[in-house]
Amino acid sequence: MTAQAQRPINVAQTRDAVPISSRVHWIGALDPTLRTFDIILKTANGTTYNAYLVRGQDGVAVIDTVKEKFSDEFFQRLESVANYDDIRVIVLNHLEPDHTGALPELMRRAPHARLYISHKAQRMLKGLLKQESFDFTPVTTNDTVSLGDCTLRFLNTPYLHWPDTQCTYLEEEAILFSGDAFGCHFCDPRLFNDLVGDFRFSFEYYYAHIMRPFREHVLAALELIEPLHLKIIAPTHGPILRDQPARYVARFRELTEPRLKKESTDKTLLVFYLSSYGNTAKMAEAVYAGASEIEGVRVSLYDLEGGAVEPFVDLIEDAEGIALGTPTINGDATKAMWDLLSSLVVINLQGKVGAVFGSYGWSGEAVGMLEDRLRGLKVRVPVPGIRVKLIPTEEELEACRQFGRQLAEIMTDKQKPKVIDFEDL
Amino acid sequence: MKAELTFADIGITVRVPAGTRVIDVSEKVGSTIVYGCREGDCGTCLMHVIKGGENLSQPSVLEDKVLKENMAGKQFRLACQAQILGNVTVGPA
Ligand SMILES: Cc1cc2nc3c(=O)[nH]c(=O)nc-3n(C[C@H](O)[C@H](O)[C@H](O)COP(=O)(O)O)c2cc1C
Ligand code: FES
Repeated sequence: MTAQAQRPINVAQTRDAVPISSRVHWIGALDPTLRTFDIILKTANGTTYNAYLVRGQDGVAVIDTVKEKFSDEFFQRLESVANYDDIRVIVLNHLEPDHTGALPELMRRAPHARLYISHKAQRMLKGLLKQESFDFTPVTTNDTVSLGDCTLRFLNTPYLHWPDTQCTYLEEEAILFSGDAFGCHFCDPRLFNDLVGDFRFSFEYYYAHIMRPFREHVLAALELIEPLHLKIIAPTHGPILRDQPARYVARFRELTEPRLKKESTDKTLLVFYLSSYGNTAKMAEAVYAGASEIEGVRVSLYDLEGGAVEPFVDLIEDAEGIALGTPTINGDATKAMWDLLSSLVVINLQGKVGAVFGSYGWSGEAVGMLEDRLRGLKVRVPVPGIRVKLIPTEEELEACRQFGRQLAEIMTDKQKPKVIDFEDL
Repeated sequence: MKAELTFADIGITVRVPAGTRVIDVSEKVGSTIVYGCREGDCGTCLMHVIKGGENLSQPSVLEDKVLKENMAGKQFRLACQAQILGNVTVGPA
């Protein structure tokens, strides 16, 4: 590390740009009073909106901007190292307003600049900047823009927060401008990961809420990022990762892969239930017993009355199927079931098999409601749910066992191809 | 006239009246094709046309645009837009 880099840094006290390498400056803004981001994320000390300026022989590139409210700070830092006339390139790695707020004003001030965004960002740009229309060049993986003596290379990394997200790699300096990936909501005026306070909790929290729902996309992005030589990762929020950046990439890999590899190749079916008088419990046991008869499926039975739903989120993420049993109580499914389902927004459920069953007294809405909710979560619901009026008979329990068998067969692809008529759906 | 739409991911074939959109069938049978806007704007419902692509309605100008933005190849269509005119096999993208 250079001697300059080790000097104490406090960006809260100046409006100057901060050098992060020979060609690159940080020109972002601090937002230390923010406590809730995007409604869903908490932060204990605020966040930063990181924007960067790259100076090449043939001109300047600005990478991302800041939230509109912080425009002054951004422009002052920019002006401390560049003239607007020198700006030839503006890259937006992500169009969320916290990174595009200052864009319209920047485009006005920088008449020679051309805007580079991902293909998926094109419509979003129109949606976000309603009144203005800018010319832009859509780019994708391995497209490049030259600044004379240095080159920006784009990596298409959709859903590393939104569909439009991309990363930009400055080849000559081995700096990855990673957008929201590898970022976190942590505001520390010392700016660099080797100088700031311990932000590991914040890095993990951000991953868990922003990246985890898009696990497959994170894996695809890692395939592009891992081969890169990396001296610095420069994300759009939180500390700039110049000390051992590869560790953060490795951490993403760890967080993204299933925790302990499964011991067997069996498919996993999880049966969750709640029961006030034991009726739905009896049904759950029958579903469990039926599914257990099918080879290649490992079934587990859980009573949600037992406690918190959070631990089940991890289980469900790695399972191929879930069956939910609930009575109808006051015309609705039970709260613990809704709590379980609403905790699943952080994982990808697409393609999993789901099913619902339950006992009811007179109206029995719960089963249909949960089926709709599962479909809404992109879970396949291939077998119509079972409702039993009050205490299940032996015949009804056999139907539950059959229901379990059928689910397990679908999960293990033992069901024969089917031909059906549209009218029968 | 009836046409057969097969979902490769779940091994189900549905006989549908010609002109039906893929979205109207796939959600009911539980195919894993996913939807967002449902009106040909977001590209979420990109699907892989495995066989019989010529038996889907031609993409509209709007769909063409979205397909291009998603850099989708010839074997990809939007399930919320494509209408079934003959036998087709599809799956998630
Ligand atoms: C407080 C309460 C409210 C209920 N509300 C409804 C209802 O709105 N609709 C209905 O079909 N059944 C309702 N039931 C009946 C239960 O669904 C029925 O007793 C069922 O068999 C309970 O199953 P379980 O306790 O074995 O799981 C209600 C029962 C209780 C105790
Ligand atoms: S669902 Fe949005 S384009 Fe089809």
